[in-house]
Amino acid sequence: MVERTLRGRTAIAGIGETTYYKHGQSPDSEFKLALQAIVKACEDAGISPHDIDGFASYGNDRSEAGRLAAALGIKELRFSNMFWGGGGGGVCGAVGNAAAAVATGMADCVVAFRSLAQGQYARYGRGTGAPLVAGDDSFIIPYGVMSPAQRFAMKVTRFMHDHGIRQEALRAISLACYHHAQNNPNAVMRGRPLTEAAYDSSRWIIEPYFHLYDCCQENDGAAAVIVVPAERAKDTKHKPSYLLACGQGCDHRSAAPVHNMPNYPSSHFRQIAPRLYEMAKLKPSDIGNVQCYENFTGGVLMSLVEHGLVAAEQANEVLVKENLLAPNGRMPLNTSGGNLAECYMHGLELVIEAVRQIRGVAINQAPRNDTSIIIGGPMVTPVSSIILGSEAAL
Amino acid sequence: MSEFYLPEGLPAPSSAPDGLAEPYWEGTREGKLRIQKCRGCHAWQWGPEWICHRCHSFDLAWEEVADNGRIYSYQRPHHPVHKALTGRGPYIAVLVELPDAGNVRMIGNLIGDAQQKVTIGAKVTAVFEHHDNATPPYTLVHWKVAD
Repeated sequence: MVERTLRGRTAIAGIGETTYYKHGQSPDSEFKLALQAIVKACEDAGISPHDIDGFASYGNDRSEAGRLAAALGIKELRFSNMFWGGGGGGVCGAVGNAAAAVATGMADCVVAFRSLAQGQYARYGRGTGAPLVAGDDSFIIPYGVMSPAQRFAMKVTRFMHDHGIRQEALRAISLACYHHAQNNPNAVMRGRPLTEAAYDSSRWIIEPYFHLYDCCQENDGAAAVIVVPAERAKDTKHKPSYLLACGQGCDHRSAAPVHNMPNYPSSHFRQIAPRLYEMAKLKPSDIGNVQCYENFTGGVLMSLVEHGLVAAEQANEVLVKENLLAPNGRMPLNTSGGNLAECYMHGLELVIEAVRQIRGVAINQAPRNDTSIIIGGPMVTPVSSIILGSEAAL
Repeated sequence: MSEFYLPEGLPAPSSAPDGLAEPYWEGTREGKLRIQKCRGCHAWQWGPEWICHRCHSFDLAWEEVADNGRIYSYQRPHHPVHKALTGRGPYIAVLVELPDAGNVRMIGNLIGDAQQKVTIGAKVTAVFEHHDNATPPYTLVHWKVAD
């Protein structure tokens, strides 16, 4: 019987991203940004945009597959796919869905992308303007709990409480992201280094654990990756980044209404992560560098724990800035600056950075670059993560 | 000072369009807490759903429960995320477990000083905040630390 796996069947052959802007500063429309990122990814792969035959996205992306296919003049659309759920929970799922389509022969060249111009549409950090709210929202929003930060803050409060983890662990995550962004010409926060003192004195968004610098930016931009069969990737311009595994979904009843998920202080990866490593045939200690979606630093903390990369009991000791920096840290984290300091491209910038790491061309290159893990959208439902690897990891 | 914990102008709860939560909101108007309980397997369930997650019965009752709980988690937001909150300053939201209803959890505000120390595990009792002049009228359920 053929092994049912995505391991090694497909690879990312091309990456493309636009200039990243602070929200409201893109001179180009959201759809034009999507086109720019996709065309750049095709150039990077050495593939004509006419040869794309599928699109996968997430977060209710407004750049629809049909319009993209028409605008780019692709010959035949064979796969169009949207991952359920808001935010960036689907970032790795979109890549995984593209890979699944390619691995099963539904399509040959699928773009996984995200286009997001928050300055042109609604911003995430602002609550609803509606006079009435129904369903789950009706039990939450009238109490002033409406932004993503507020919806997740109590998970972080409880997790920190349960494990005795201090604010400094979250601060280290933020400092590492800002540190890495200083070398990255496309990072929105380049030229704005963050110090411990500036973090500590930054205003509270939410007590007890959400300083300003624990929260992601709001940006305009687009990013895209091209997924092709593994054999075809060998003939493209760059060293292939093979998809070793994808895990997506969420734990038992993670989306239970009104914060009634059985495992509450969680990023929702507890059941997903073991399956991810099993498909990749790797252990957490095999991972060379970590690209973990920061909606909020507390989500990163819980994701690292649930992926076995840090033990909750050791978080205070392990999560210090030096350990998280490339090249010398024991676990280089968000080496391009991530959502906090490069761009909140809903995590697709993290996938692109992982590919640069595997190619060995990252600005903050990790010494160990045969494998990268990318963790998407902690605390939302559903979530997703992937492991990429070089040929050496196959 | 307003008679309400948070300023007026925030979105109001509605059981429309499907009516699923109507027994809950009707109960709050009478100062009662009603939680879903399965008639088949007796599992407590919150928030409301059409089906019991444990035994898949569609026969769900609304049980009146005692209005005491325990703080499971909390937050003190500072950043105003809605125009009605601009200038309000920090406030406290709590996630409260109901020990008498299978430890289901509810969200409300913690009445009192917004700077008060909040203790996970502290016992709390429900405070019904009636918005009688709203159209339609509704009642929110807040919490205060038990004496």
